[in-house]
Amino acid sequence: MSSLNTYRAGPDEHGHFGIHGGRFVAETLMPLILAVEKAYEAAKRDPSFKAELDYYLEHYVGRPSPLYFAERLTRELGGAKIYFKRDELNHTGAHKINNCMGQILLARRMGKTRIIAETGAGQHGVATATVCALFDLPCTVYMGATDIERQKPNVFRMRLLGTEVKPVHSGTATLKDAMNDALRDWVANVENTFYIIGTVAGPHPYPAMVRDFQSVIGEEVREQLRKAEGRLPDSLVAAIGGGSNAMGLFHPFLDDASVKMYGVEAAGDGIETGKHAASLNGGRPGVLHGNRTYLLQTDDGQIVDAHSISAGLDYPGIGPEHAWLNDTGRVSYVSATDKEALDAFQLCSRTEGIIPALEPAHALAHVRRIAPRLPKDHLLVMNMCGRGDKDIFTVAEHLGTKL
Amino acid sequence: MSAATRGPDSGRIAKRFAALKAAGRGGLVTFVTGGDPDAETSLAILRGLPGAGADLIEIGMPFSDPMADGPAIQASSLRALKAGATLAGTLALVEAFRAADRDTPIVLMGYYNPIYSFGVDRFLGEAKRVGVDGLIIVDLPPEEDGELCIPALAAGVNFVRLATPTTDDKRLPAVLGNSSGFVYYVSIMGITGTRSAGAAEVRKAVERLKRHTALPVAVGFGIRTPTQAAEVAAVADAAVVGTAIVEQIAGNLDEKGRARPGLAERVLAFVATLADGVRGKETVAS
Repeated sequence: MSSLNTYRAGPDEHGHFGIHGGRFVAETLMPLILAVEKAYEAAKRDPSFKAELDYYLEHYVGRPSPLYFAERLTRELGGAKIYFKRDELNHTGAHKINNCMGQILLARRMGKTRIIAETGAGQHGVATATVCALFDLPCTVYMGATDIERQKPNVFRMRLLGTEVKPVHSGTATLKDAMNDALRDWVANVENTFYIIGTVAGPHPYPAMVRDFQSVIGEEVREQLRKAEGRLPDSLVAAIGGGSNAMGLFHPFLDDASVKMYGVEAAGDGIETGKHAASLNGGRPGVLHGNRTYLLQTDDGQIVDAHSISAGLDYPGIGPEHAWLNDTGRVSYVSATDKEALDAFQLCSRTEGIIPALEPAHALAHVRRIAPRLPKDHLLVMNMCGRGDKDIFTVAEHLGTKL
Repeated sequence: MSAATRGPDSGRIAKRFAALKAAGRGGLVTFVTGGDPDAETSLAILRGLPGAGADLIEIGMPFSDPMADGPAIQASSLRALKAGATLAGTLALVEAFRAADRDTPIVLMGYYNPIYSFGVDRFLGEAKRVGVDGLIIVDLPPEEDGELCIPALAAGVNFVRLATPTTDDKRLPAVLGNSSGFVYYVSIMGITGTRSAGAAEVRKAVERLKRHTALPVAVGFGIRTPTQAAEVAAVADAAVVGTAIVEQIAGNLDEKGRARPGLAERVLAFVATLADGVRGKETVAS
């Protein structure tokens, strides 16, 4: 492998990370995509934009989130020193709001008067609905009918916040179909509408923009661990659906060669069963939702359903920057099954008093696999990117408990 | 933007638009999804379209995630896939059609991923061989010309670009630069089959495009009736009808989604009313 000078310079001016990324959208959207790019580039250079974002991140979202030494879990696993980045303590209970806050401030700068979003688990939908309530903008969230069924509390939350939740029945009625319908809405309402994409995917500039808004996670970790341990972490672990929480944690460390990184995909019933959501470990490059990346697809290039116990990881693609980091070998992409995630979910609840979302439970499943073999002075940081309240119904059902 | 190298194309699209111009009327472009509701019925419809009065034929390449399409065409795509449609199958339909019709231009319309998955060079070679005249790929804007547009032009397959109400005068040259065959004007902001533009609006839009290109302009999205087709064909070089035809297919399926006897005939009878419309004939409702 040829080594690059930096892993942090991407994407290029066309939005490419290696062969991945790009702007594969209908012509109707193209002028708007270019306008979003221009507005974002201007906002990035404007100190008042950063000041406004910082203000809301501190006083509304509750940043910085703690970096917490998970002492009992560390003892239990008997190896690496495990830290949790507590992004589940953010307002709305997940990392998603970091990005929503950034994008809605940008939408306001652009004079947009209506917001749309897609959601899978509902965390991004709730975060979007929240910032729309805060800034008094009408909001429509597209959500697969299947996901609405398994994430009822979040659907109710969004409605309480004044958002219209539109059930999506097309295709397989999950996250990819919600994204299709959000794109259809956007094409019909380009003039007044801003689409807040929830992950590091979609047409350029979204993957880079969402990454930048989420990078606050990794930047804080860097500072917090320096204070706590006086040095860099040895490894970082995060769950990957589209990959925004992982990208946010990894990106500030990409050029620190000593820091190992693990992205954990959802293996569902197991990669070998075909019922999984592991685009990197079980897919191949293709073009969907505005970017080239690894996709779960048939030999004929038809997109196939992802499968995961976690609605937030149930997406047949992955952000293009992850696809590139996979190709370059900078980040290791592994996977955890539904069962491993459920076990980790319970372990975390019992040993740390933290009920994790099913998404970071996948990350924890990998931590559980590697931590025991690592030396006690190995510093491992896992992103606890969401809390598990939304998942208790799903978990109860799998554990055979009726609520 | 530098002009792409162009290989010799089939000439069918240019010839057809020249004939329409000589006849003094706008053309009718019909869209159906390849393999909807099944390969056999789909071929019967395709074979009957020229006789029913279609001047150019667009065949949709089925895709699992057609994000620029409304419910009717989404459903047609899923029906075709369920019946076993593949990109190779769509090419086979064109080959079977061409065996009996050497003149009617065929344009394949769809999304990039099935082609990317098939392999761009292999796809273009096959498309050329079976008699495809042009491509309309919804999710390939000029920013991605290197993917398929430039290879297609070099291979002698027309690459028909979509222009929309959001494509302003500043952007039009980039959109039209590597377009060939004709320009497809999407007359509304939105997905297929959901709303319609007024005739005056369409006229203005076509006039704007004509200031930028010598290519014929076909107008589509939201044209549902013979009267609308006639209005559009009067101000543009052709009117494209898709959703309304696809709905005729959907309306002639049994409860299990299979073609009822006479489906192809009824679809073609509807196309004939559209064809009468663009030819300025009275429409007899069937």
